[in-house]
Parts: sequence; C-alpha cells; structure tokens
Amino acid sequence: MNFLYAAYGATWAIHIVYLITVARRYSRLKQEIDELNRK
Amino acid sequence: MKKAFPILGILTAVFLSYALYLAMVVAPREQTMGDVQRIFYYHVPSAWTAFLLFFLNFLASIQYLVRRNPSNDKIANWTVITLAVVTCVAGVVIGVVPDLKSALPEGTYPSSIATTGIIIAGMYFLVRKLFSVEATDALAVTTAEVGVVFCTVVLVTGPLWARPVWGIWWTWDVRLTSTLVLWLIYVSYLVLRRFSSSGQTPVMAAALAVFGALDVPLVYFSIWIFRTQHPQPVIGGGGSIDPRMLHVLLMNWLAFLCFAFLVCWSRYRLERMKREVEETQALEALLEPRSMTR
Repeated sequence: MNFLYAAYGATWAIHIVYLITVARRYSRLKQEIDELNRK
Repeated sequence: MKKAFPILGILTAVFLSYALYLAMVVAPREQTMGDVQRIFYYHVPSAWTAFLLFFLNFLASIQYLVRRNPSNDKIANWTVITLAVVTCVAGVVIGVVPDLKSALPEGTYPSSIATTGIIIAGMYFLVRKLFSVEATDALAVTTAEVGVVFCTVVLVTGPLWARPVWGIWWTWDVRLTSTLVLWLIYVSYLVLRRFSSSGQTPVMAAALAVFGALDVPLVYFSIWIFRTQHPQPVIGGGGSIDPRMLHVLLMNWLAFLCFAFLVCWSRYRLERMKREVEETQALEALLEPRSMTR
C-alpha cells in the first residue's frame, strides 16, 4: 500500500509543482504588463 | 471564455476525485500483485496523455514549418489526404485478403489501421483550422511542456510499481529506455526554447520535435515487437483485462485528459501573453532612441 500511496502522491506533487510554476510565471508577466501600462 | 475556465476547473476536479475513488475503491483487487497494481490507473493514463500531447506537438511543429511557405503547405495538405486514403484502402485490402489479415499483430484489426489514418488526418486539419502559423508555435511549446510533466509522472510511477513487483526500481529494457529517451528529447526541446536567443529557435525546435516524435511509436509498439520485462499490452496486442478494470482505466484517462486540456489552455494563454509583452517591449526599445533624439 505504501508504494501505491507514494505513486499517487508523487503524481499530484508533480502536477501541483508544475501548476505553481505556471502561476508564478503568470503573476510575473502580469507585473510586466502593469509596468508597460504605467509607461 | 473567462467564465468557462473556472466551471471546467471545478468539473475536472470533481471528475478526478471520482476517478480516484474508482481506482482506490471500485476497481477489483488484482490477485497476484495486490493493491500495488492500482498504480496502473495513474501510470497508463499519464502515458497515453503524454503520447497524445507529443503527437499534438508533432502536428503543430510540422505546420509551423510548412505553413510559412504556401507551396510547402499545399504539398503537406495533399500528403496528409493521400496518407489517409492509403490507410483506408490498406485497411480494406487487409480485411479482404486472409493472408494479409493473419500477418497482422495479434489484437490489431484492419479497421483500426483505416481509423488511425482518418483520425491523424482529421487532427492535422483541425489544428490547421484552429491555429494560425504563430499560434502553432505557441501550441507546440505548450504541448511539449505539459507532455514532459505527464511523461515525468510515468517515469516516477513506473519504478514505484516495479520495486514491489519486480524487486528492482529500473531495468534497461526497450520500453523503459525508449520512454526515458523520449523524456530527454522533449526536455532538450524545452531547454533549447528556453536558452536559445536566436531568431531561428522556433524553426530549430520544430525540426527537433518532428524527429523527437518518431520515438513515440517506438515506445508504444516496443512491447509488441520486442520481448521486454515491461508487462504486455492489456488493450490490443492480444492482451486482456477485466471489464471493471478497463472501465476504471478509461474513466481515469478521461479525467486526466480533461485536466491536461485545462493545463494546456492556461499554459497556451500564458505563452500568447508572453509573446505580446515581448513584442511590445521590442517596439518600445525601437521607439526609445527616437524619442531621445527629439
């Protein structure tokens, strides 16, 4: 059972880490857009 | 569209939870492997989703290369139509001639050959209809990145299943090695896109993607062609599976497809936004010296 939980946990950990990186890139881009608008 | 995204997000989350419930509770316990076999319900759908994304990357890359030149575009369109017709005719001929039919690998049907040709041509023209030339490049980056994430899941869950079942984490058999090579090819594709500043980067990346995609059929058919330690196919290739397990497997794949679609959607929007910002910044940089001279 431990291997099963590890596999399912690892799957969602990988997806969540990726989603966090996408969200961070999105917020950084938003900042750049705001800066461009201010100019 | 903005309202559709959160609604689809909630529906996908519910669907994924239901698929998890099916995998953990409803699917019957496999007799020899026990509960560890349930890893299969995440491992296989992730692999199929990765293959589909890499295939979309292949289509987008081909279109990015050929659509920049109208005569190449025409040739590519007619080639795809010809391939679809040829596979349909081949399917009919193989179905009629018993000797050819018996030469097919176990579990492969003549109709599946024809259907594959039609689906590939259909997907090619769908991508062509929905995406402009520049958009195909953004689609290629998106599908490669999300595909690598799903392929990483496959490479992590595989050894977690192998350790209790085989007694080893990894073995250099054809299926495992070709999957690792596939992952490395697409990681190198992403590294190229990330760090190359040349104006030709999208063209070089598209060319790499076209050759990289050749590894996908090798990975898929490796367990049909070679004797491998990896389990034999459960769908097609002469394999069999309990109908309840098949239902859970397909439901999990559908849930992961919905999830992949949503992730690709957000990543694609991000890529398009990034390109717009870069264009604006480049324009500003061009205009700045003029305003200084005034």
